Amino acid sequence: MTYRPRDLLALEPLTADELTFLLDQSKPFQEIQRHPLKKLATLRGKTIALAFFESSTRTRISFGTAASRLGADIMNLQAEASSLKKGESLLDTVHTLDAMKPDCLVMRHGASGAPEFVARHLDIPVINAGDGTHEHPSQGLLDALTIRDRKGTIENLNVTILGDIKHSRVARSNIHLLGKFGCRFTLCGPAMWVPSELEKIGPPGARIRRVFRIEEALEDADVALVLRVQSERLHEPALSLEDYILLYQLSAERLRHAKADAIVLHPGPLNRGIEITPEVADSPQSCVLEQVTNGVAVRMALLFLLAAGPSEDGAHPAVEAQASKKRRSTDVKDPSHASR
Amino acid sequence: MRIVEKAQLMSASEIDRTLQRLAHEIVEKSGGTKHLALIGIRRRGVPLAQRIAQAMRGIDGVDVPVGTLDITLYRDDLSKVASHAVLQSSHIPFGVDNMDLVMVDDVLYTGRTIRAAMNGLFDLGRPKRVSLCVLIDRGHREMPIESQFTGRVVQTSPTEIIEVRLREIDNEERVVLVDRVE
Repeated sequence: MTYRPRDLLALEPLTADELTFLLDQSKPFQEIQRHPLKKLATLRGKTIALAFFESSTRTRISFGTAASRLGADIMNLQAEASSLKKGESLLDTVHTLDAMKPDCLVMRHGASGAPEFVARHLDIPVINAGDGTHEHPSQGLLDALTIRDRKGTIENLNVTILGDIKHSRVARSNIHLLGKFGCRFTLCGPAMWVPSELEKIGPPGARIRRVFRIEEALEDADVALVLRVQSERLHEPALSLEDYILLYQLSAERLRHAKADAIVLHPGPLNRGIEITPEVADSPQSCVLEQVTNGVAVRMALLFLLAAGPSEDGAHPAVEAQASKKRRSTDVKDPSHASR
Repeated sequence: MRIVEKAQLMSASEIDRTLQRLAHEIVEKSGGTKHLALIGIRRRGVPLAQRIAQAMRGIDGVDVPVGTLDITLYRDDLSKVASHAVLQSSHIPFGVDNMDLVMVDDVLYTGRTIRAAMNGLFDLGRPKRVSLCVLIDRGHREMPIESQFTGRVVQTSPTEIIEVRLREIDNEERVVLVDRVE
């Protein structure tokens, strides 16, 4: 099958076939990461606008690298230097960017749903590079690609997610993707970060449970996804950093409760010695650097699919999909989206 | 518009004999097979390259490595076809530096596919020599590109299409000339 999305705003609405297609299309770009000469001319003359309204280093560099390896030019907007500080509205800012005629907008924003809002007002494809506590679709795809490479499959795996799941768009994108392939999820972390409504996110029939003892949560796991602890969210004295380490840090000893061939994922940046010990982060089970390499491949595939250009009749390849996209935009299942 | 079959250009046994001859020619002209490798251009160049490599094994037991190349990302008309283009993996399991590479494709026409394939190859390194082997050369070049090993030269008009049908992909084995008629 072929699948030409107009935008990539979330993984939740995509089918298993569409997700498999996106992962398969990333494979040729994984090979290009190994070439001595990594630069293609595929998107020569195209411009990719990177609008990061929330600070980001690695995702922005990853999308920027993907765009340059495809031969595209980059337009960069960073929150700190932007006119948002001067009181311009989000819509005015993106309309101004759009007036400089980019071919695709990659956007990160602190508010859940902001990229979808922008996509409804622009004719160019929009890629969500992380919005609030909603989704981070390219991260979900690169995680799945990493798991598929290591495990040979993404079907019916036991996935344990550790940390601040409530605020994690990475966890949500992973659940929306892997849940469509029959994976079972065990969520583990302090109770304030693992509220009961998380059991209801994910595709219909997704098996999601909460476990509060990390050893029990890791039992029989194929994949351990460790999330970054943001200390400003710890709210002392409810939970101190020391207590978090004591109760939830992924150590080599705790990882032994998982399957012997379990792999460890972390979206980065790593807090060594907090959510993960250096021993685990540097172990052969850790996929942290493969995730980074795969991130560029996945983002090259997304830019190729969305920004490569019009179809033969001159229309944008996915204009037909626009109507259905608009319908989807009101169909929000995750109750905690708007919490931030 | 209808597509009509005008003539059969090659039967299964003619394809086989032609590939045997091309294998001999490549071995002869290369002056040694030590650095020789075949690059099949997707899609139909891939089974053809594998069959030529198989034929070479029968010549003097030489085992020539075969790689496959998908040229989609290097096309110069991508903006026209992007909405249907599906990327396939390229798989070249050897270093190309200082190699004697023979690209294999089914039909040589405008030369644009070969231009794209060479761009792809040079992203992998610096081969010592690159040559081209095709089953059919149908003329109408738009680039200064020629094949060094040619199965058959066929005079065609621009509306005609040459279809190379191979058992690995098409479940039949023959080359036909078809035409588009109003």
